[in-house]
Amino acid sequence: MASLSFSSSVSSSTPFLRPSAFLLSSRSARLPLVRAKIREIFMPALSSTMTEGKIVSWVKSEGDVLSKGEPVVVVESDKADMDVETFYDGILAAIVVNEGETAPVGAAIGLLAETEAEIAEARAKAAAQSPAAPPPVVEEPAPVAPKAEAPAPVAAATPGKLVATPFAKKLAKQHKVDISKLVGTGPFGRVTPEDVEKAAGIAPAPKANVSPAAAPVSPAAASPPKTAASYPEIPGAKVVPFTTMQAAVSRNMIESLAVPTFRVGYPIATDALDALYKKVKAKGVTMTALLAKAAAMALVQHPEVNATCKDGKSFTYNSSVNIAVAVAMDDGLITPVLQDADKLDLYLLSKKWKELVEKARAKQLQPQEYNSGTFTLSNLGMFGVDRFDAILPPGQGAIMAVGASKPTVVADKEGFFTVKNQMLVNVTADHRIIYGADLAAFLQTFAKIVQNPESLTM
Amino acid sequence: MQSAISISLSSPSPIPRSCPRSLRFCGLRKEAFCPDASPGATSLRLTTLNLRYQHSNLNAVFAALKGNGAASSNGFDYDLVIIGAGVGGHGAALHAVEKGLKTAIIEGDVVGGTCVNRGCVPSKALLAVSGRMRDLQNEQHMKSFGLQVAAAGYDRQKVADHANNLASKIRGNLTNSMKALGVDILTGFGTILGPQKLKFGKGDSGDKIITAKDIIVATGSVPLVPKGIEVDGKTVITSDHALKLEFVPQWIAIVGSGYIGLEFSDVYTALGSEVTFVEALDQIMPGFDPEIGKLAQRVLVNPRKIDSYTGVFASKITPAKDGKPVQIELIDAKTKEPKETLEVDAALIATGRAPFTKGLGLENINVQTQRGFVPVDERMRVIDTNGKLVPHLYCIGDANGKMMLAHAASAQGISVVEQVTGNDHVLNHLSIPAACFTHPEISMVGLTEPQARERAEKEGFEVSIAKTSFKANTKALAENEGEGMAKLIYRPDNGEILGVHIFGLHAADLIHEASNAIAMGTRIQDIKFAVHAHPTLSEVLDELFKSAKVKLSASKTVAEPVPV
Repeated sequence: MASLSFSSSVSSSTPFLRPSAFLLSSRSARLPLVRAKIREIFMPALSSTMTEGKIVSWVKSEGDVLSKGEPVVVVESDKADMDVETFYDGILAAIVVNEGETAPVGAAIGLLAETEAEIAEARAKAAAQSPAAPPPVVEEPAPVAPKAEAPAPVAAATPGKLVATPFAKKLAKQHKVDISKLVGTGPFGRVTPEDVEKAAGIAPAPKANVSPAAAPVSPAAASPPKTAASYPEIPGAKVVPFTTMQAAVSRNMIESLAVPTFRVGYPIATDALDALYKKVKAKGVTMTALLAKAAAMALVQHPEVNATCKDGKSFTYNSSVNIAVAVAMDDGLITPVLQDADKLDLYLLSKKWKELVEKARAKQLQPQEYNSGTFTLSNLGMFGVDRFDAILPPGQGAIMAVGASKPTVVADKEGFFTVKNQMLVNVTADHRIIYGADLAAFLQTFAKIVQNPESLTM
Repeated sequence: MQSAISISLSSPSPIPRSCPRSLRFCGLRKEAFCPDASPGATSLRLTTLNLRYQHSNLNAVFAALKGNGAASSNGFDYDLVIIGAGVGGHGAALHAVEKGLKTAIIEGDVVGGTCVNRGCVPSKALLAVSGRMRDLQNEQHMKSFGLQVAAAGYDRQKVADHANNLASKIRGNLTNSMKALGVDILTGFGTILGPQKLKFGKGDSGDKIITAKDIIVATGSVPLVPKGIEVDGKTVITSDHALKLEFVPQWIAIVGSGYIGLEFSDVYTALGSEVTFVEALDQIMPGFDPEIGKLAQRVLVNPRKIDSYTGVFASKITPAKDGKPVQIELIDAKTKEPKETLEVDAALIATGRAPFTKGLGLENINVQTQRGFVPVDERMRVIDTNGKLVPHLYCIGDANGKMMLAHAASAQGISVVEQVTGNDHVLNHLSIPAACFTHPEISMVGLTEPQARERAEKEGFEVSIAKTSFKANTKALAENEGEGMAKLIYRPDNGEILGVHIFGLHAADLIHEASNAIAMGTRIQDIKFAVHAHPTLSEVLDELFKSAKVKLSASKTVAEPVPV
């Protein structure tokens, strides 16, 4: 292992190990500079293979006087941190690349002005050169729920005083958010890191940014919640603020209120499906996989149900059929996605599903594994629920709510009664792109597939 | 420690002051066992441990003859009484028994003192937990190994129990070790009544009076709480409370950014809190070598959820009550103008430690404490108000303020026992290492670079620096812990090591090669030939020694340390 150590003694004036020496002097001497008196401090190549370097720390600050040979900045290479010295006397007018940032070898990382007069010029040059910093994001039009929805802080902070936690301040600096404009939602009204992340438009923890499907049944009435609604206080009530995942669910549900939806129900006889299930259960196939496959096959024949209305004025027909299935976890809800469900056979689909559930439980789903769904399936049958209305997740056209399969007395055409296993399926769809007839036709296809399930195993 | 050497002597005698010519131990030079033969040279500045061992061998023999714990022939109840059974007192007691002194130790609170109960031991337990938590939560780090770790969590009570159980265990070990050796553990508060006379007890009429030939004061220290700060033990706490880990606050302000504050910031940030430092000086971590401090700040503070206010005092701290958070009023350290008020969930006061010397009865022997510290000379002998040495009275550890570290206290205790058993000994404090157990650790021995340069200016020699990064070390890279550096400050003219500072994985363990070298007086030109196992972190120091440029060539082979 190559060893790198530095040794400098007070007496000698020429330090050891200066690979950057030639690079620095030759470049700055040959490049014609726009303004002759302002020199650029370049990112040196600390090894022959280095292509970019990271600034560890600036030894000198803007405005400091530099003399030739003084270390100005510490740059990190793959082996060690090296002091980079200046070749010219002058004043460090501007720092172009800050601590912790990287720059390619040869790029200007700072500007050196010869006299005080040039400092302003140098600063202007630096501003023009630096990569366009993202404009400070304060009030953003991003689809984040209106700030008013934030729970009113328990004891508001002293008005006019900003209290922000250390991490919140760091994030604000990193994402260039003006922290003084934020309203704190933490204890005693302090600004928390989550507040800053929200203002910067960053989704908090990835698991949270999920489109929940089987949301608890909310009454069809969709009056937007009054923000500072004063509910009577019931003594003994415990207030638990939302976790990030719960906050995301809440946001998504409120968003869905902007979509015009309608619902269509269909009764489906499941005797044949149940028989098939018994046969393939041993091979690891679950009911979820069966239903997902059936839905996928039906969607192939009805592409408009697999579409979304993203901007309110066009159909977005998705090329793949990705079935998202809602999975409840003890602290939330997530919808792992079975991608290209129509193309995989039943056994592969089951295997994939098992993997996804494991990952979901271990909170290790990647974003594309939970937000790439084009159609959602939600099953509450295991609780005995016969039918329910699901809320449409944002970004999708339809969601299917499946109830329990129960033995039901049915009358047939001849007027005879029999008892058949029947499950009620209810689809909620976006009426901007899916019309009544389309949905009904889709359900008819779906029912046919489920009632003649041999095709599922193909 | 030493093997017993059995010899036959013509007649048992008290500790010899003259030179027994008839005795020959392998390799011992005559000067070694004739302390008074040449008063000018060897008996005075015994700065190397070499000589100490040679002397002790001889005395152990005579001690065996006298018998441990036998009644002292001088008519005192005990040969040595130590007030305070902390680390300093314990170290002194063990050594005293080894030397054959009839020893008693007085303890008014719990055996083990601060280190075992409220300091080193529980804090290291908590730091072990925080180190692992930090590792497990560092997804990037785990991924770089190819590991997948499910979200790591912790049970606060169990973490606190780990620390408490460890403290109890060590306390038990300490007590047993002293009991087994026959040290009398006297329970009660000790007070000096006069020369070689003290009492102990609850401070009432039931107190017992004892006499001792020599007395060592080892009463230690307590956390210093500056005025204006109201400690309630729940939201405004000192290290004593913090180590019980009764709760983990969401946001804690730590007043003081020395090694105690730094270690606690490591613990709290690993357990999920956010930290704000309040530091009176102009930069945080003021006591460290500036270069190490800068790197430490870059790794231990900047990427973590920590911010800091420097150059300010916390003039008033009010605990949380009536639904209001802890309020900390900050004033500018120089102008005393009010600057800001922080509102946090908890505040930890880590502004240093004050000596615990009240009620010792020092006024009975005309000794006055200075800011609470007992004045001593370089041999730990107590100095009275007239500037004269008080005979038979010594003070070690935090109570004298020379070097407030546990191992310094016990080293001082051993030095005192050496002196009372007839071997002069002066402890070289520059060879005592110190460590800060953050993740990564920081350790140092000797002088910092500014201190070395100052001394160099005064005494007229050159100072050179050798540096190396942990990034160049195979083992560190294998562990993906390449973040770190080591620095050697030395004299290029004679190869003397002035100081070594390490920041990185296991720095606290690595420093001892350097501290040993300083204690032994080993020069760089000799130690650079010592071989280090590969691949180990110790090669970081090997790098330092090998890269140093000394004008002298190796004087002797490595096997023989250079006597000073």
